Amino acid sequence: MSGMQHSTYTPKSGIGRWVDARMPLPRLMYDSFVAYPVPRNLNYAYTFGGILSLMLVLQILTGVVLAMHYAANSDLAFNSVEGIMRDVNNGWLLRYMHSTGASFFFIAVYIHMFRGLYYGSYKAPRELLWILGCIIYLLMMATAFMGYVLPWGQMSFWGATVITGFFSAIPLVGDWIQQLLIGGFAVGNPTLNRFFSLHYLLPFMIAGVVVLHIWALHVAGQTNPTGIEVKSKTDTVPFSPHATVKDGFAMIVFLFIFAYFIFYIPNFLGHADNFVEANPLKTPSEIVPEWYFLPFYAILRAITFNIGPINSKLGGVLVMFGSIVLLFIVPWLDTSKIRSAVYRPWYKLFFWIFIADVVMLGWVGAKPPEGIYPMLALLGAIWYYAHFLIILPVLGLIETPRRMPNSITEAVLEKNGGSAHPAGAAAAPQTKG
Amino acid sequence: MRKILHGLAALAIVAGGTVMVAAAQDGNSAEPTHFPLLPPQEMSWSFSGPFGTYDKAQLQRGLKVYKEVCSACHSLNLVAFRSLEDLGYSEAQVKAFAAEYQIHDGPNDDGEMFDRPGKPADHFPPPFPNEQAAASANGGAAPPDLSLIAKAREVQRGFPRFVFDIFTQYEEGGPDYVHAFVTGFGQKPPAGVTIPEGTYYNPHFISGVSTHMPPPLSDGQVAYDDDAPQTVDQYSRDVAAFLMWAAEPHMEARKQVGFRVMIFILLFGVLVYLTKRKVWSDVVH
Repeated sequence: MSGMQHSTYTPKSGIGRWVDARMPLPRLMYDSFVAYPVPRNLNYAYTFGGILSLMLVLQILTGVVLAMHYAANSDLAFNSVEGIMRDVNNGWLLRYMHSTGASFFFIAVYIHMFRGLYYGSYKAPRELLWILGCIIYLLMMATAFMGYVLPWGQMSFWGATVITGFFSAIPLVGDWIQQLLIGGFAVGNPTLNRFFSLHYLLPFMIAGVVVLHIWALHVAGQTNPTGIEVKSKTDTVPFSPHATVKDGFAMIVFLFIFAYFIFYIPNFLGHADNFVEANPLKTPSEIVPEWYFLPFYAILRAITFNIGPINSKLGGVLVMFGSIVLLFIVPWLDTSKIRSAVYRPWYKLFFWIFIADVVMLGWVGAKPPEGIYPMLALLGAIWYYAHFLIILPVLGLIETPRRMPNSITEAVLEKNGGSAHPAGAAAAPQTKG
Repeated sequence: MRKILHGLAALAIVAGGTVMVAAAQDGNSAEPTHFPLLPPQEMSWSFSGPFGTYDKAQLQRGLKVYKEVCSACHSLNLVAFRSLEDLGYSEAQVKAFAAEYQIHDGPNDDGEMFDRPGKPADHFPPPFPNEQAAASANGGAAPPDLSLIAKAREVQRGFPRFVFDIFTQYEEGGPDYVHAFVTGFGQKPPAGVTIPEGTYYNPHFISGVSTHMPPPLSDGQVAYDDDAPQTVDQYSRDVAAFLMWAAEPHMEARKQVGFRVMIFILLFGVLVYLTKRKVWSDVVH
């Protein structure tokens, strides 16, 4: 099904043929983004890959310009950011695009990941595609965390102190790793310098892995809401114009919401304490990470007790990193032969319970660790682990799936009232592209 | 199988519900641990909402309050005199305003530090030479810089209000806080709350029951040039609006550009949607 195996590209001009014989980049582009066949039944949940590419480009472009005005020095950083907000032409726009853009990048990536979990996109032969996505997600987390340190506000400083402090929990090498990360014994100017350097580097590493991610996607082909592989040409439509215009429309809707936040509530997703310059002598009353880390923060704080030789700090760190490691092995934890939750009634229920669990963890992560919240965090963390380690493997063995259509085309025609449409409608895509 | 799963699901729901009820009943001990004791009152501001603009007369009054009262202890380091033109002053007025200040500058060609009259490019000079001096003159706590205070103080809104805030575009938590705090003095502390020596009870203070800052304003303290009421409430509204401008000087431009961008995206979206319908019109999907 890969478009690359049988290319239909024919250069029209002499120059086109000359280039094609030497370095067929136009052919690659044509086969990947014009003729490339995509399932005809993709819904809007499948448009977030394109949206994420757009967000990565936007973040890099705004970031490169911001870096021209930013001073990575602990004495200057806070005021240089305020200089961008006040004195750089349209600096406020660049900065708000970049800071709100980080949040919207994560909104898009979470929808993208949950779509993958819902439709079973990670199953054979797409395990590597999924793992590459998990690597991108990890790189995004590192980039976002270091980027949040750069304005050198109170939450930047104390967030960096808390999060790099996790590493000191690792036995034997922990202190060494922590000191390597922050460039000293406490967060300070060396930390800011290396975080700035890495914050500039990692997005380009993300871009590299994105290329691999798309490559892997184009080898295996896209999944679709039915989870049935493409079987015939009637199952697909060419990428252009069908997917491009649909992805384009989804991007515009996404940008509309993004713009609403940038222009009307740019600080809604941030924290007020970050408008106070970093002060190593004054701890904020509560230290909370950005919203997109809150579920993991809740899982980290869920472990308030020692387990044998593992103290509560190391336990929390292990459980938190474990919760991300679980994502990498999802393709082998899910034992079901059926991809899509559409045909898995019980998986569908547990998927939504899992979403509710993650949202609850996020809410608990924003609360101070007192009263009922540590207990809620623990219950949420146990359910998170149980979802992957018990529910996913067991459900696949005992669940009775719904009756599945034989092909994407059949599923589409069934959904649209079956016989109401003549067979010609089904064959229509074949005549295009 | 179905029964087991039904049972498990029911159990999960019951467990979840119990925990929620327990969470709702939690809290309420004698000595307060969460601040502020009272949430700030939501005021109406000229700059709220999608078409909000700063009221220049109000900003000028706020500047007067800052200059005559707040600036005795609080710096405004990030604000340059030149930006006061945003408040409706002419270039000449800004020049004259800046010249009233003495700016510590130097060294000159002889290597000496010297004082000179302020220029529009200068920033507001701080009232204390350094943080230690500010702290020692104010009972051990340095008064915070006010340049960003209207964005740096925000009382948690809690669920579900923070969700509604997205749709009402509420981003005036800072000025609401400033107003509540400045007008929040002079009340009687509730029984069981101890006020440390040398501090002033203020139920709106975000990080404790009381603050080192004495009540800053009294009625009639600042003489306004216009006919706005010369009351503590009006002073605090004006200075809060001024500090919002100081923290977010490009807010008006932001909202104006934003409106044009939103309209553009909307129209573009409609066109692309119609194109999308046309492209997909002969594909059942």
